[in-house]
Amino acid sequence: MKKIFTFIKDFLIERIIFLCGILAIIFVFLIFLFLLNQGISFFGAYSLWDFLGGKFWYPASDPPQFGILSLVIGSLFVTIQAALISIPLGVMTALFIAEIAPPVIKDILKSVVELLAAIPSVVIGFIGMITLVPLVRKLFNIPTGLSSFSGALMLAFMAMPTIVSISEDAIRSVPWSYKEGAIALGATRWQTMYRIILPASLPGIMGAVMLGMGRVIGETMAVMMITGNAAHIPSSVFDPVRTMTATIAAEMGETVKGSTHYHSLFAIGLVLFIITFIINFIADTFMRKTRR
Amino acid sequence: MVVKIQVNNLNCWFKNTQVIKSLFLSILEHEILGIIGPANSGKTTFLRCLNRLNDLNPHFKSKGEILKDGRNINTIKLETLRQEIGMVFAMPISLPMSIYDNITYGAKQHGIKNKKELSGIVEESLVKASLWDEVKGRLDQPALQLSGGQQQRLCIARTLAVQPEVILFDEPCSGLDPISTAKVEETMINLKDKYTIVLVTNNVKQAARVSSRIAFFLMGELVEIDTANDIFVKPSDRRTEDYITGRFG
Amino acid sequence: MSPRITQKIAFSLLFLVSLVVFIPVLFIIGILVSKGAAALTWEFIFSMPKDGMRGGGILPAIVGTLLIVLCSISIALPVGILAAVYLNEYAKDNLLTRIIQLSIVNLAGVPSIIYGLFGLAFFVIMLNLGVSVIAGALTLAIMELPSIITTTRNSLNNVPASFREVSLSLGVSRWQTIRRVVLPNALPGIMTGAILSIARIAGETAPILFTAAAFYVPHLPHSLSEQVMALPYHLYVISTQIPNMPEKITYGTALILVLLVLILSFTVIILRIFFRKRYKW
Ligand SMILES: Nc1ncnc2c1ncn2[C@@H]1O[C@H](COP(=O)(O)OP(=O)(O)O)[C@@H](O)[C@H]1O
Ligand SMILES: [Mg+2]
Repeated sequence: MKKIFTFIKDFLIERIIFLCGILAIIFVFLIFLFLLNQGISFFGAYSLWDFLGGKFWYPASDPPQFGILSLVIGSLFVTIQAALISIPLGVMTALFIAEIAPPVIKDILKSVVELLAAIPSVVIGFIGMITLVPLVRKLFNIPTGLSSFSGALMLAFMAMPTIVSISEDAIRSVPWSYKEGAIALGATRWQTMYRIILPASLPGIMGAVMLGMGRVIGETMAVMMITGNAAHIPSSVFDPVRTMTATIAAEMGETVKGSTHYHSLFAIGLVLFIITFIINFIADTFMRKTRR
Repeated sequence: MVVKIQVNNLNCWFKNTQVIKSLFLSILEHEILGIIGPANSGKTTFLRCLNRLNDLNPHFKSKGEILKDGRNINTIKLETLRQEIGMVFAMPISLPMSIYDNITYGAKQHGIKNKKELSGIVEESLVKASLWDEVKGRLDQPALQLSGGQQQRLCIARTLAVQPEVILFDEPCSGLDPISTAKVEETMINLKDKYTIVLVTNNVKQAARVSSRIAFFLMGELVEIDTANDIFVKPSDRRTEDYITGRFG
Repeated sequence: MSPRITQKIAFSLLFLVSLVVFIPVLFIIGILVSKGAAALTWEFIFSMPKDGMRGGGILPAIVGTLLIVLCSISIALPVGILAAVYLNEYAKDNLLTRIIQLSIVNLAGVPSIIYGLFGLAFFVIMLNLGVSVIAGALTLAIMELPSIITTTRNSLNNVPASFREVSLSLGVSRWQTIRRVVLPNALPGIMTGAILSIARIAGETAPILFTAAAFYVPHLPHSLSEQVMALPYHLYVISTQIPNMPEKITYGTALILVLLVLILSFTVIILRIFFRKRYKW
């Protein structure tokens, strides 16, 4: 009797375990479904082409305009700048930590990187707003420091933990024999690093960079606090921009549930979801390559 | 003599490599069957077929039948089969808990909750495993504090605690010093009356000391099986003789 | 230039670059501590806001954040652990498993604001939970699922296979083996992973923006179906939406938020050291 009871209990719990196991699939699917569902209501009221190709985001004017071109460009513009800053800095730091730093310094640097990862983005946004923004304004003598450039600096900094720690893993996983071979041939440590180690760990580093960029393009609070939020196509890095994330965050609170404006924000979410899905997929492909 | 386990035409593969080839073998009740043979000849794989532990490996495949008391083991509920056919591994693996909990672990899972009954099982199993006198005062201490030889006897006691009928020993002394080895061997001989024992060992002398019959495995095949006396005095196969006299392996 | 000199220059350059990453972190911590420390009084932590939040304390925001975070971890932890158990102990190497893994990677990469949108559409509106602690907690729970699954899986994987074999060989069922042997031995890793996710979600703003956070609530929360103030959102509000905010209060709020996160992270580090000493096999 007792045995039958345990048997049933085991059976039930194993069903539950399976359910939890596939929950990740269910949620990814649900998220996509909800964005799609809400987004599609929007495209009933507004044309897809005007949405994707329109330059003007004037949700409150009459008639309203929901062109996200400037928002997409805003997001990409900030992300590309952040990438240009963070990739070289991040990879160099990873190289330093993985290959050069003595153990004590390595431990300190790694803890600092972890510390940085732990600071909430709203705090970084707040500090950036108070210190970085005025600094950029003065240094470059521009009317406002709230610009894509300030945002990119901040985001590059925030992407650092991802890029550094994952690149470092990739660099460290280069087999010893590679390095030994080069050193036996008389190469200096530095020559070994950039001729052997860096190329060998490139897939992993690319994965790290893609993950970092995924973070950057999805970052919301710090961006909203620093980039100035002007929905127009920037002509210089010192122009303010408005990203997709900031638009959703700033406007959702003011919309009427079920209105076209409300649905338009879900449509932006859908675009953002697809972009990050692609970025993460590429990142994962690179990471898989290194694991083999 | 009663046949406890009958193996008919057993073949095993890992991925596409065949590691046991058409094996026929009977294990008799209350005997100690020694299995000897060089490394990688399939001894461990054979033992793990008997309690279906190989099934954990997704690359493992097998064909043929194994009967326990005349019943195909695939028709016996897995938990029951493994409770009835216990196993002692090559390395002593104590679970990271107290001595007492290590021994009651299996029994508790089989539904014994009564404290008195459990204590009785602990004492009885430890006595049978010749460990009681050494640990009776410190049953609540972590099992990992025991010496290697003591831990191996603890593993034996843990197996005994679930009241098996057959015990499989897979090179149980390979990591032990001579004194501990002697104790474990003595334990096995004492267990013979109550249990059926299969002992895999890489130590030919140990097989000779302990076993009633000895099987010689080579590259997945059973070369020869005979009483301990006969196999040493007049092995019928050249390869057995070579192995026993230490000419290879 | 000789290779030796090139190497010297290269190494120095790499060192300088690392400092560029290193110094701003210290700068942030430094400025928070120097300007926020003055605000850290019992009154600030344990009293209600006053004068349109320009005075008084931030108790409701602290309580709100703790409430949301505790709720969400108590939802995400059991589910995440069981999911990891499935992947590590039951799943075969097949298409379904690969799809699950891909989903986890993607869930980890979904921007936090999208979780906010999803939470709004699913929990707040469709399940009719309203803007509430529970809606925010559920949203955050999904968000932290990937990291809990990943860390739990790693610690399950670190439990020696021989423990499982011993248990199974005694005739103990698969689930009981997991329950009695595998999970207890993986517990340290699971705990540290859990605390780390708590630290992470305590600072999240975007997912609770439309699901749980309120601009201002004049009392402490009475139930899980209420909106609450939350530290990160409060910091956003007082630093961008309210003119003439006393500096002390914004810095103090930021410092408390960072302290909360750091204390949790340090707990993890200490736990890790403690367990590394105790558990070796
Ligand atoms: N888990 C496994 N995966 C793949 N091959 C295995 C595995 N276990 C054992 N083998 C192979 O099966 C053969 C027999 O091994 P084993 O039964 O361990 O031999 P023995 O115990 O006699 O040393 C060996 O060639 C070994 O490489
Ligand atoms: Mg073996």
